[in-house]
Amino acid sequence: MAKKVTKKKVVKKVPQRAPTTTTNKVTIRPKSANAAKRDKQTAVKLEALAEGIVTSSLSGREPKFEVPIRGPSNTKWLKSKGILQMGPSTSTRQLFNLGQARKFMQTLLHSKSVDELLVADKTLSLRGMFYKSLHTIENTKEKTFDDQTESDGILEDLEVSLGSLREELHIFAKKRGTMVGNITVIDNGDHINCAKMGSGGYAIPSICEPEVIQFKDVKADFILHVEKDTVWQRFNEDRFWEQHNCILTEGSGQPTRGVRRMLHRLNKEYNLPVYCLLDCDPWGHYIYSVIKQGSISLAFESKRLAIPDAKYIGIRSIDYERCGLTDDVKIELNDRDIKRAKQIAAYPWFADNKQWQKEIKKMLTNGFKMEVESLITKDISYVTEEYVPARLKAKDWLG
Amino acid sequence: MAAKKTTKRTRADAESMATKQRDISVSEFFAKNRHLLGFDNPRKALLTTVKEAVDNSLDACEEASILPDVEVKIEEITAPPNATKPGRYRVTITDNGPGIVRKQVENIFGRLLYGSKFHRLKMSRGQQGIGISAAGMYGLMTTGKPMVITTRPNKNKPAHHLELAMDTTKNKPEVTIDIETDDFRPGTGTRVAIEMEAKFFRGKGSVETYLEQTAISNPHCEITFIPPDKANENPDLAESANEIAKDSNGIVRTQEFSDRIVYPRTVNELPPETEEIKPHPYGVELGTFLTMLNKTEQKQLSGFFKNEFCRVPPSIVTTITKEASSKGNSFSGQSWVKTIEPSGAEKIYTSLQNAKLRSPPTDCLSPIGVQQMLAGLLKGVKAEFYTASTRKPAVYRGNPFQIEAAIAFGGNLPGDQQSRIIRYANRVPLLHQQSACSAFKSVVDTSWKNYGMQQPRGGLPVGPLVVMIHMASVWVPFTSESKDAIADYDEIRKEMQLALQECGRKLGQYIRRRQRMKRDAQKRDVFERYIGEISKACNHLTGTDTQELYDALLKQARRRTEIADAQLDDEGNFIKDDHGRLAKSDDVIILEDLDTPPESSTSEDKPVLKKKRVAKKTSKKRTTKKSAKAASGLFGG
Repeated sequence: MAKKVTKKKVVKKVPQRAPTTTTNKVTIRPKSANAAKRDKQTAVKLEALAEGIVTSSLSGREPKFEVPIRGPSNTKWLKSKGILQMGPSTSTRQLFNLGQARKFMQTLLHSKSVDELLVADKTLSLRGMFYKSLHTIENTKEKTFDDQTESDGILEDLEVSLGSLREELHIFAKKRGTMVGNITVIDNGDHINCAKMGSGGYAIPSICEPEVIQFKDVKADFILHVEKDTVWQRFNEDRFWEQHNCILTEGSGQPTRGVRRMLHRLNKEYNLPVYCLLDCDPWGHYIYSVIKQGSISLAFESKRLAIPDAKYIGIRSIDYERCGLTDDVKIELNDRDIKRAKQIAAYPWFADNKQWQKEIKKMLTNGFKMEVESLITKDISYVTEEYVPARLKAKDWLG
Repeated sequence: MAAKKTTKRTRADAESMATKQRDISVSEFFAKNRHLLGFDNPRKALLTTVKEAVDNSLDACEEASILPDVEVKIEEITAPPNATKPGRYRVTITDNGPGIVRKQVENIFGRLLYGSKFHRLKMSRGQQGIGISAAGMYGLMTTGKPMVITTRPNKNKPAHHLELAMDTTKNKPEVTIDIETDDFRPGTGTRVAIEMEAKFFRGKGSVETYLEQTAISNPHCEITFIPPDKANENPDLAESANEIAKDSNGIVRTQEFSDRIVYPRTVNELPPETEEIKPHPYGVELGTFLTMLNKTEQKQLSGFFKNEFCRVPPSIVTTITKEASSKGNSFSGQSWVKTIEPSGAEKIYTSLQNAKLRSPPTDCLSPIGVQQMLAGLLKGVKAEFYTASTRKPAVYRGNPFQIEAAIAFGGNLPGDQQSRIIRYANRVPLLHQQSACSAFKSVVDTSWKNYGMQQPRGGLPVGPLVVMIHMASVWVPFTSESKDAIADYDEIRKEMQLALQECGRKLGQYIRRRQRMKRDAQKRDVFERYIGEISKACNHLTGTDTQELYDALLKQARRRTEIADAQLDDEGNFIKDDHGRLAKSDDVIILEDLDTPPESSTSEDKPVLKKKRVAKKTSKKRTTKKSAKAASGLFGG
């Protein structure tokens, strides 16, 4: 039966693909052999998922599939590798379970949409996927998805249950994050010299896989990653990356997978150390944690994203005294901050790190948090001319 | 000053006081304490009068093996001038009973505490024999009009027509008119007419409620009620020819005509005759025992025990006389009753109380019966679930008694109010002093939360529920002469609770099942919504035929939510998973299902009454059990 099915599928797919390739041949580069092979694999996985459901349905068994659990309970801290990894636990998604029926249906809708993307050889954003699978169920007033959040969660489920990355599903996220520095990036064939990006910088794409992005002329010595755009602008204007021969990146808060993949590749492929300049608050600490060892929800991707030797150079809780800051820069820790800080301190990957325990404890005793911008009270360019160079020189960072 | 006062004061001595000391007539006592008999206020007076008369009629009919036909007519002579003052009414109760022989008429209607029921232990509605004469006395006191009695004890002879006043000081009747008349219904029967100050009303605690509840517990009698507004109706408009018709479900319901309300007879068999029993020693106190020894016509102890008591066989007599014997004062079955000294009698009494005696016989009890109770509720309460239970007879203070309970749930009953309790003692509805009644307490003490009902702490359950409790006994222990509440004996309360729990368990089963059905219907609704989408997606991915897959999944969805189907595939509304146990058992009737049928795709609840099935179910019960089937808007309206 499976044979028959695949045959049918091929027949069906050919006419669909034909027009897309002919009309777009001019603008879209032909797919690399590697990418074609990868798409084929994804298609097979999707088919296997559906096949399992069909088989059990027709034989009167309950249709179901396994979804690895994405959560703290199924996240393992690999101390030797310094990264978070997803554990083996899975949850069963059943159709005939009131709490799961809708998700079951949504997962299949997205599987179908992904398959269509593979056939058309196009990619869609997360929001695009939401619209792709969105419609009103026949004879009812119920929509297949209430909002994009619902759709995003299902896509992550699909990723983990297929064991395919988002890129492999032809889905990308919104661009976020900027980069500038002594490096040339080959993005989909275009050569981009990141040292000549003006005041705007090069927007880091959502998909930074070797098939799409290659590097050339990597002259920088290290990477400075800052938390947000405002700080990045300060460094860029002061040409910090030129003076210190580095790559300057920013992730607009919690860095996306694209930014993290970019940092990871530069770190792994060119041995560039990554230094992070983040706010002195639990959220800044967690950004560092995600960059360094991966996040809980994307633990299955840690291997491709985590940078275990990333360093945290500031802002430190001792900086209030060390830099002689005024009381004005203090932002009082609220209950949520305190709760979150304690939570972070208890994560196994922080628990046996004495430096970090001390750092968080100090912040809690201070009772306030500080943003990177607080250094502006000293001088407009204090952070670029004094703070970061001094830290780098003294190798004063947290690991 | 104190001295002055003493001199002024006329000193009473024993002699002068003695001139004022005299007998108090029972009737005089009750004339002053009429609340003890249920004549506290004009509203209640009407009810008490009707109640006493109807109870007596039913008792008399049953004793004479006549299917009772009772007509209650209330005429308004003077309307109440304002809300606080009573009006004047004439209450007339006519029955088809055996009638009363001429010489007993005065005694029965004109004397308090005269009757056949007080001196025997037999299950009957009336007990003390004060009721109807008290009503006559009340009428006489408030209006000065004598009671009018017409009775025909022999169907071939004319009826007696008497007017009866009462001399309360002497507890003696005074006959003012005594004639023979042919102006009376054919056959035997009795009619009593009393004019009194009263207030007519409807609703809770009214004559109408009483009659409706009586009809529920006595499906073998037919009651016709002519309230004032109907009594004054133009007789030309009367639809007296109209027959009692069955409704669309084949259930005979209470019918209201322009000139009367009829509670139809739905069972053509009298309840089984109850046996009179002798007192059981455990229920007899020492004083009573001594009196019995004095009064007995028996010569020897063995005969005394044999004829005055139940459950004292010769072997026990031997044992207890032996035990009571002491040196120089020995007893045996052959001892002469007259020779026994009080001290000896006390010894015999003590050993009698210590002896292990069998429980009194229980053939003296006539419970309403599960089927009759169900039928009664069926016609009186528009609900969807009915169940009833009859306990085995039990004993309190040597008196055998039997408890029955029934409940009706759901349907048109109000869901946000306290449950309604209807109480019966020997088939007589109890309408007042609910909270003082053992039945009420037993309902409160039952934890209805276990059965899926809401119940505030120490209160009645809240929800669409009617609870019916019946106590049958040779001697119902009322808390007062007005017979409104059953006294709270532990044995009685325990039996009541057990009966309620039996019903409650069935109710809980039903409620849980109903919830499960609802849940499953919702579930199926959800599943069916999604499998179309899933089939299409799978078709895209694997090429499997959409329809084939859809059908397979639909089949599975239906199978997995089959409980929701249960009410669809069988007339009995029963459920596969309990193999119909609930609905098939004899003590449960499930009428209609208000659940959403699973076919509807919206989740809005649309009650669908499955009347067709109902009719079939109930008709089956009717033919096999001949139970009642009339119904009225008694509780729902």
